Amino acid sequence: MDAIKGFIDLFADPRLFFTISVVALVLIVWKREAWASNSWGWGMMVFLAIFFAFGLTDENFNKIITKPDNVPIVALIFLLVFFTWYSVREGVRNDQRIAAGKEPIEKEEEDRVWTWPDLVYTELIAMVVCMVILIVWSIGLEAPIEQPANNANTPNPSKAPWYFLGLQEMLVYYDPWLAGVVLPSLIIVGLMAIPYVDKNPKGNGYYTFVERKAEIVIFLFGFIILWNSLIVLGTFLRGPNWNFFGPFEYWDVHKLEALTSVQLSDYIWVRGLGMALPENPLVRESFGILLTLVYVFVLPVALAKKGLSRYYEKLGPTRFYVTVTLFLAMLSLPVKMLLRWLFNLKYVVSIPEYFFNI
Amino acid sequence: MADTKTIEPKAPALVRAWDWITETQIWTSIFRHTAPINDRNRVLVMLSNVFLHMHPVRLRKSGVRLRYTWCMGGISFFLFLVLTFTGLLLMFYYRPTLEYAYSDIVGLREHVPLGIMREMHRWGAHAMVITVWLHMFRVFMTGSYKPPREFNWNVGVIMLVLTLLLSFTGYLLPWDQLAIWAITVGSNMARATPFLGHEGPGFQLMRLGDVQLVHAADDARFALLGGTLVGEGALLRFYVLHCVALPLVIGFLMAVHFWRVRKDGGISGPL
Repeated sequence: MDAIKGFIDLFADPRLFFTISVVALVLIVWKREAWASNSWGWGMMVFLAIFFAFGLTDENFNKIITKPDNVPIVALIFLLVFFTWYSVREGVRNDQRIAAGKEPIEKEEEDRVWTWPDLVYTELIAMVVCMVILIVWSIGLEAPIEQPANNANTPNPSKAPWYFLGLQEMLVYYDPWLAGVVLPSLIIVGLMAIPYVDKNPKGNGYYTFVERKAEIVIFLFGFIILWNSLIVLGTFLRGPNWNFFGPFEYWDVHKLEALTSVQLSDYIWVRGLGMALPENPLVRESFGILLTLVYVFVLPVALAKKGLSRYYEKLGPTRFYVTVTLFLAMLSLPVKMLLRWLFNLKYVVSIPEYFFNI
Repeated sequence: MADTKTIEPKAPALVRAWDWITETQIWTSIFRHTAPINDRNRVLVMLSNVFLHMHPVRLRKSGVRLRYTWCMGGISFFLFLVLTFTGLLLMFYYRPTLEYAYSDIVGLREHVPLGIMREMHRWGAHAMVITVWLHMFRVFMTGSYKPPREFNWNVGVIMLVLTLLLSFTGYLLPWDQLAIWAITVGSNMARATPFLGHEGPGFQLMRLGDVQLVHAADDARFALLGGTLVGEGALLRFYVLHCVALPLVIGFLMAVHFWRVRKDGGISGPL
């Protein structure tokens, strides 16, 4: 039993956790026709149920998942797995119909039905079911109330509300001005830009995958991996001092993590050129600043010429540059993660004098 | 042959009572037509009832299928109504001051028999965040943000932000350790706002001559909290935002959202 737990703890390490999530997404997209089968759908739900039931028997895991505010996230995991599977399955079904020369299922359901009774009764039943769930949940689980607020007593770990834990997890890799302000703003801007940069007229009003491959893959990557899996990571796997703890691990306040983070400027000046760091921060960080400028301004242009030129022609310059800029902003998180994991790199640009760290 | 008298069988008492009630002037003044059991009345019920009139009279079959809609938008709206109602009840008990906030919440548990209003409010709020996400997920996966619904997707994104802000502001109100530190962690981000936060890049540039405009007691975080730390000012600010300002804005946007669903052609379907 302990061996199984240790094994799971091992795989929950952020590096593996993230990599496995990405690999799973790739596999899902690639082998979607097999994945869309009912046995996969049922299998995953049963697996999750067994996993959490097993987890309840463990003292440490139990403590995390039965924390009242974490219960919704357990529900979220089930719901997300189910609905991701479900929407991909419906897409696969429609794709098969389209490939066979038929129209999507929704086209066959174009006939109009009466709102009364068809819709109002559905709504009524949905309301009753939701109300029942909410009441049972409210009777069964008390809302948390801890000790009175005390500004002098900081709990460890201090966590934001669960829906912001993806952003808090970003703080591991980026400074607050990026993780807490700029990137969240870009998420909102990016969401709002979606309908204006997506020029693909297909797949409007029905499930499909083949007709909207790039859009769906990017969205799933952003929504499932970067947003939700980081929330799960931040909720269940981050303990005191924001250190990583496996689900079955005891949250030891004194757990030591080797922090050997190195700045890019150290790599270049000290280790690369064998010199002391220059006094002037702009000179010191010139390589990092150059690299950032290349990433933000040169890379989109280069991609327009080569690599993504097909999209450049399809979207036109404005839509293309908006899309690519937002996409690269999204990718900057996994890029920074990889740099951290592979090279212990803390900051590409580090000018703490001006709170300007990237 | 003797005349035979035919006697109509009497309808059961309940039916007669129902018939009588529905023929009174009071009833007919409220409901202008009889039950929606024929097509004419199915139209009339949608046109004459203020609560139903946000629906069309008829809609695509896929629009009533859980398979297509997941019902997540409707559930989000329903949860909003539940939250408004339970929140209103909580406001009777709760006073947003350092002196009373925590003890009022404890009192809700200790003194209100069978009280589950706080639980319904909290779990409903968590659930609403999830259903809003799933609603947007469904809208994305069916490509329903595409023309002509681009604008309504944007209204939705703003409502997503408002939903999160509503939940965030409400999180502080119990005034316990969980609340204050979650808000502290969340609002510390504002300190790092470029130019406007006192630990943000470029804040040194915000000066008039020798006067530093952005500092710990005058920056984005201060504006959010009404103080340099999560204290009395923050509690009042979050309370007012949570109970008045944000619900009003999101309610207004909901009206726009539902109106645009209708005007953009109803629940989406293949063109």
